[in-house]
Amino acid sequence: MIEVKSLTKRFGNKTAVDDVSFTVEKGEILGFLGPNAAGKSTTMRMITGFIPPTAGTAVIGGNDIRTAAIAARRLIGYLPENAPVYPDMTVTAYLDFCAQIRGFSGQERKARIEETIEKCFLRDVRHQAIATLSKGFRQRVCFAQSILHDPPCLILDEPTDGLDPNQKHEVRQMIRRMSADKAIILSTHILEEMETVCDRAIIIARGRIVADDTPARLKTRSAVHGAVSLTLKKGDPDNFIARVKTLPGVAGAQILSREGDNWRARVFPEANDAPILQRILSTLSEGEAETSAIFVEQGRLDEVFRSITT
Amino acid sequence: MKANNSLSNIHAIMKREMAGYFGSPVAYVFLVIFLMLVGFFTFYISNFFEMGQADLQGFFQWHPWIFLFLIPAVAMRLWAEERRMGTIELLLTFPITIWEVILGKFLAGWLFIGVGLALTFPMVITVGYLGNPDLGAIFCSYLGSLLMAGAFLSVGAMTSSLTRSQVVAFIIAIVICLFFILAGFAPVTNVLSGWAPAWLVNMVSKMSFLSHFMSIQRGVLDLRDAVYYLSVIFFMLFVNGVVILNRRTS
Repeated sequence: MIEVKSLTKRFGNKTAVDDVSFTVEKGEILGFLGPNAAGKSTTMRMITGFIPPTAGTAVIGGNDIRTAAIAARRLIGYLPENAPVYPDMTVTAYLDFCAQIRGFSGQERKARIEETIEKCFLRDVRHQAIATLSKGFRQRVCFAQSILHDPPCLILDEPTDGLDPNQKHEVRQMIRRMSADKAIILSTHILEEMETVCDRAIIIARGRIVADDTPARLKTRSAVHGAVSLTLKKGDPDNFIARVKTLPGVAGAQILSREGDNWRARVFPEANDAPILQRILSTLSEGEAETSAIFVEQGRLDEVFRSITT
Repeated sequence: MKANNSLSNIHAIMKREMAGYFGSPVAYVFLVIFLMLVGFFTFYISNFFEMGQADLQGFFQWHPWIFLFLIPAVAMRLWAEERRMGTIELLLTFPITIWEVILGKFLAGWLFIGVGLALTFPMVITVGYLGNPDLGAIFCSYLGSLLMAGAFLSVGAMTSSLTRSQVVAFIIAIVICLFFILAGFAPVTNVLSGWAPAWLVNMVSKMSFLSHFMSIQRGVLDLRDAVYYLSVIFFMLFVNGVVILNRRTS
């Protein structure tokens, strides 16, 4: 649905986006991840036609943004960063304006507006001027504008930025609900959001794509992925570490912290799928330490993120 | 179908801009000040009653000077505000062309000024009551005034697209409009004649808003005057579009 081909943007001699290519299919939610100023917004602005690319192009449902810009834009719903809306208009008037621009008229326009107001929970504020609304509501109004015409492509630049945890949850739910028949790109720098919402993640740093994978597979790149963490009581930590290190399949072990009787240790496997958990358990049963918690680490996205973007 | 879409898009933009004017105090402040200034100049400076003439010469002659300050104020928000709020990003990613947006915004401003001009109708009634004026000349003058207002507005729309600050847009617009008003007169021609070639001085002096307006005021709507104002409007809106296309961010 969305095909991005070698998109490049240079501002003067600074390259903001460098040869970025990817595709998003219908039913897929692509998370666009990266540090600030990595080129996320610039890429999205090029796809939506706000700024022209220096080189490369994007094809939206068969329409090249360079040669069939209007047809391409018709298929896109766009929520820009900071959700800009006209403060002097009421919610209904604003949506009416957007609906007219999107080519709806008469009964259909009214029906669209009603439907969108329902979907985005704007009923209570529909006759209020946007200037009087809180940040969360403004975000929702701008979001409403982006889904008003039920576009096959949805491009959301930090859709949950500045929202409280409940509102974040609501917006994520909305995005997930709509994902079945849309190709969605959303940018974020909240890792947890990407894990819960996206099917696939592209990490971008200094204008280049540095990773393109599912969140689960990205996590396996973490150094602690597959490691076994234990929280123990009493016993002899040093002795335990020494014994564990001799087990087959174990690459290393270390003590993370000691507090009185309590101590925490982590055991690293040689390979991700080495069956070390069972062996560690039997080692534990031989010693006198009491186990209060034990789990296999899934890997941490923030750590992966940091290691590939710096 | 295509033309219909275009009209509908322009209409949507116009409607929004009009709502923008009348949704804020700006519109009412503008209208009241415009009418007060027009009345003040006509009655106290031109001495409308003492002149004893059944025409609106003393009314129309002030329009360029009042427009000079008020129209840049009408135009300054057209684009600068979109830039400041970031809504320009949505506007330019809607499935409409930049020219539809420019035209919609311009026509909204023009219509708004037209409302202001229409509200001066008591002047016509007054002069009609007191004497027997040449209604054709008055009609021509109104038309000329509206055309000139359009030219002022297009300058303001263009300067508004240059910046995100309304104040900067306002000031630059006034300077350019002042140049256009004075183009045919001593202050500008004297500066130019020292160094510029004669054809340039000549060309600039033909560009005066004022001399074209004066000839319309005489009651003859010469096609050349109308074409002059329309081409200024066309040129300024074209520059407006080029500016927007080249400075989309920031």
